[in-house]
Amino acid sequence: MKTLATHRRHPAAVIVAILVGLLVTGGLYTVVNSATQARSAEQDATQILNGKKLFLEGCSSCHGIAAQGTQNGPTLIGVGSAAVHFQVSTGRMPLANPGAQAPQKPREYSETDIAAMAAYVASLAPGPAIPTAADLDYSDADVAEGGELFRANCSQCHQAAGRGGALSNGKYAPNLMEATPQEIYEAMLTGPQNMPVFGDSTLPREDKQAIIAYVETLRASDDPGGWALGRFGPVTEGLFMWIGALLLVVACAIWIGAKVR
Amino acid sequence: MSDSKDLTPASSGAPATTSDTQQALRPGAWPRAEVEHHLRRTDTDPRAQKRAVRQVSTMFLLSALMVVLFIVAFIAIPRDAVITLPYIGAIGALNAAMGVTFGLAIFLIGAGAVHWAKKLMSDVEVVQERHEMKTDADDTAVAADIYEVGKETSGFAKYPVIRRTMLLAMALVPIPFIVSLRDLWLTPPGVTTPSEELLVTLWKPGMRLVTDITYQPVRADDIPVGGLVNVVPADLPLVEEEEHNLNARAKAAAIVVRMTPDEIQSQQGEGWDYEGILAFSKICTHVGCPISLYQQRTHELLCPCHQSTFNLADSANVVFGPAARRMPQLPITVDDEGYLVAVSDFKEPVGPSFWELKESYS
Repeated sequence: MKTLATHRRHPAAVIVAILVGLLVTGGLYTVVNSATQARSAEQDATQILNGKKLFLEGCSSCHGIAAQGTQNGPTLIGVGSAAVHFQVSTGRMPLANPGAQAPQKPREYSETDIAAMAAYVASLAPGPAIPTAADLDYSDADVAEGGELFRANCSQCHQAAGRGGALSNGKYAPNLMEATPQEIYEAMLTGPQNMPVFGDSTLPREDKQAIIAYVETLRASDDPGGWALGRFGPVTEGLFMWIGALLLVVACAIWIGAKVR
Repeated sequence: MSDSKDLTPASSGAPATTSDTQQALRPGAWPRAEVEHHLRRTDTDPRAQKRAVRQVSTMFLLSALMVVLFIVAFIAIPRDAVITLPYIGAIGALNAAMGVTFGLAIFLIGAGAVHWAKKLMSDVEVVQERHEMKTDADDTAVAADIYEVGKETSGFAKYPVIRRTMLLAMALVPIPFIVSLRDLWLTPPGVTTPSEELLVTLWKPGMRLVTDITYQPVRADDIPVGGLVNVVPADLPLVEEEEHNLNARAKAAAIVVRMTPDEIQSQQGEGWDYEGILAFSKICTHVGCPISLYQQRTHELLCPCHQSTFNLADSANVVFGPAARRMPQLPITVDDEGYLVAVSDFKEPVGPSFWELKESYS
C-alpha cells in the first residue's frame, strides 16, 4: 500500500492507469462477447428444438409430424416465420373448431413460444421472415400513395375505411382496426387463409409501409361529421335512418293520433 | 246555385239540420258532427288547462333557447374540438352541438303545436261539406263559347293547309333530341358500333402487364402461388393523358393470380396461363363493378356489389349470383426478360352484358 501511495503522483501514473483501464475493459468485452456469440448459436439451436417440441404438441395433429400437412391442415414447409407469427400471435392458430375461417381470439402462446415455433418452421425451408423493426418503420411513408395502394389492392375486401367485410360462404375479411402494423405487414407478406399474397416484388417494402401508414391514419382520424356508425358507409347509415328515424316519426304519429283524456 | 237540388245528399242518414245550422254559424266555422263527444281534463279542470298552457309555452321558449344556444355554440366551439359520447364515440363537438340545438329548435316548435292542438284547441268534431266536383253548366257553356269564337276568328278550321303544316312542324320538333342520343357514346376512329368499341381494349400482343398505381412491370417469378396483383396495360398512363378520361382504364383493368398448375381445372383457351399465372378482366360482367375479392384457397372471385361469384380455377365460370357470363380471361405469356405480357386482347367483351353481345363474339 505504501508503494502505491508513493508512486501515486508519478508523471506516468495517469498513463499507466488509462492503459490498465483500457486493457481490462477490452479484455472483458472480448471474453463476454465471444461467450454471447457462442450462447446465441446455442440459443438458436435450443429455440428451434423448443419450437419443434411445441409444434409436435400443439400443431402436428393437423399440420403433420414433419409439418408436411394433412387433410386437416396445409403444409407449413416454406411458409416462413412471418406466417407462424401472424397466425399464432393473433390467436387464429391453434384452431378451436374447423369452419369457414379461423377467427381472431386471445393468443394461447407466449411471445417466446411463438418465436420458438416460428424459428422451427423457418428452419424447415426458407420463407417470408418476421418483419424487422426497419420493415415496420412507416414514419417516412407516403400516406397519400398508401391510400391509393390501399384502394387498389385492399379496399375491395377490407372496405374503404379498413373495417372489413363479408366474403363468400361464411368467410370474411377482418377489420384492420384490430390489427397491429406488424400483423398487417405479415398478412400482406404471407396471405393468411383466403387472403392473396402481396409479395415484396409486386408490393415492395415502401409500398407496404405506405399502406400501413394509411391504415394507421384511418385508425387515428376521428369522425368530424358525427356518428360514423362503424364507418361502413351508406348501407348502415340508410338502415339506421330507416329503422331509427322512421321509428321516431312513427312514435310522433302515434302521439299526434292518441286520444286525449 | 241554380242546381242546388242536385248537390243535396240523397241519403237519409245525412243530418237534416245541416243547412240551418250552417246559416246560424259565423263564416269559417263548421257545423258540429253528430257524434259522441268526450270532454278532456283541460276542458273541465282549470288547473289542467293552466298546466297545458304552461307546457306549450315552455316548449316554444325552449325552442327559442335552442336557437340562442346554436349561435353560442357556433361562435364558442372551435371547429376541430372533439367530444366523446357514450355509444357514439369521439365526434366533432361543433357539429354535434349545432345538430342537437337546431334539431331540438325545430322539433320543439312542432311538439308545442301538437300539444297545444291536443290539449287546448277545440276538439269538437265538425262537418265540412265538399263542393261538387263537376263544373256547373254555365261555366261549361262559357268555355265552349270561347273555343268556338277562337276557332272562327283564328281561321284554324278555315285554312287547313296552315293547320296541317303546323301539326307537321310540331311533330318533328322533338326529333333532334332523339337523334342526339346517338352521341351518348363517342366513336373512336374505325369503330362503328358500340359492341366493337366494347370488344377492343388497350391490351395487344406483347403489351406488358404493369402494377396499378405504381406502374411497375411484373416478373412471372415475382408472383408467389396464392398471390394477387392488380394490373393495367403498360400503355395506360400515356393513353389516359391523351384522352383525359378513364374509359381505357375501365375497360383494360385486370387481375393476375397464381395457383399451382394442377389446380387449374379449365381455362377459356388452351395455354392462356403462364405456369399457373392467370389474368382476368377486373370488371364484373353483371353491372361492371371492379372486383378483386380473390379468395386464394377456393379460387373464388366475389363481386361485392351483388355477390356474383366466379371460379377462377374453372374458366372463371359463374358459380353464384346474378352475373350471366364468365369473367373474360386475358391470354398471357412472358417476354425475353421474364416480364408478363399479353398474348392478345380479351377475346370476349369486358364489363356488363349488352344487346349486341351474342353477335359480337362467339
